[in-house]
Amino acid sequence: MKRLFPILAVLTAIFLAYALHLALGKATPTDAQQGDVYRIIYYHVPSAWTAFLLFSINFVASITYLIRRKPKADMVALVSAEVGVVFCTIVLVTGPIWARPVWGIWWAPGDIRLTSTLVLWLIYLSYLVLRRFSTSAQTQMLAAALAVFGALDVPLVYFSIWFFRTQHPQPVIGGGGSMDPRMLHVLLINWLAFLCFAFLVCWSRYRLELLHREVEEAHAMKSLQSRAPAKTSLPLNRSPQ
Amino acid sequence: MNALKFLFAAYIATWVIHAFYLGTLVRRFGRLHRQLQELGKEK
Repeated sequence: MKRLFPILAVLTAIFLAYALHLALGKATPTDAQQGDVYRIIYYHVPSAWTAFLLFSINFVASITYLIRRKPKADMVALVSAEVGVVFCTIVLVTGPIWARPVWGIWWAPGDIRLTSTLVLWLIYLSYLVLRRFSTSAQTQMLAAALAVFGALDVPLVYFSIWFFRTQHPQPVIGGGGSMDPRMLHVLLINWLAFLCFAFLVCWSRYRLELLHREVEEAHAMKSLQSRAPAKTSLPLNRSPQ
Repeated sequence: MNALKFLFAAYIATWVIHAFYLGTLVRRFGRLHRQLQELGKEK
């Protein structure tokens, strides 16, 4: 497995470079209305889809943990939430950068799509803060419950542009939006490259979590060993009262 | 030309965020490895 990771990392880097070449290359048509700035879509939309996927994985893992109490499910939930927040951050940063030249504003206050995405990011950020700073024995349970409620925001974000009037354009797939097939092809290639990258990042984060739990276990063992002499210092042959 | 500035800003921001996160992962790996070494459990 240790040999496989660098090979996959190199292949993913090549794939990302190819996807970037397609996204910025002249072979991909330029949008008639927006010009070249529309190419932000090749990073903005795949990042959003990847974040949604990771939050969905977090939802399934959290439900699994609540039902079966499996530590692996808890670890998968933590990893997917953390990497999901990174991708959601990219969505929230690239969105306003795209909005400024197209809409003339950085942010549309009160817009349901933008606001629900920001709320989604805040929910999972609170999840990570809870995981990081809570010292309660119930932290994993509380975090899993928060994740289940947080996941309710994912369909709200996605379908908000179908049911509400919003500044945000319609979805490129299945929402009535029209897209040149060549653009759609490049978009899907970029998403696939982002998925490969997200998989490797999740893998690294999972290994980090394993190492973290190993260190915690070692600390616990050490503190148990340091307490042991104090207990044995009592007279062993003392008869019960 | 002005719009291209926004395009490159978005792409650069994406990779800066990823690089920052990967940097935090590397730093956390390093810290945990050091802790394991101190605990005499490094394999």
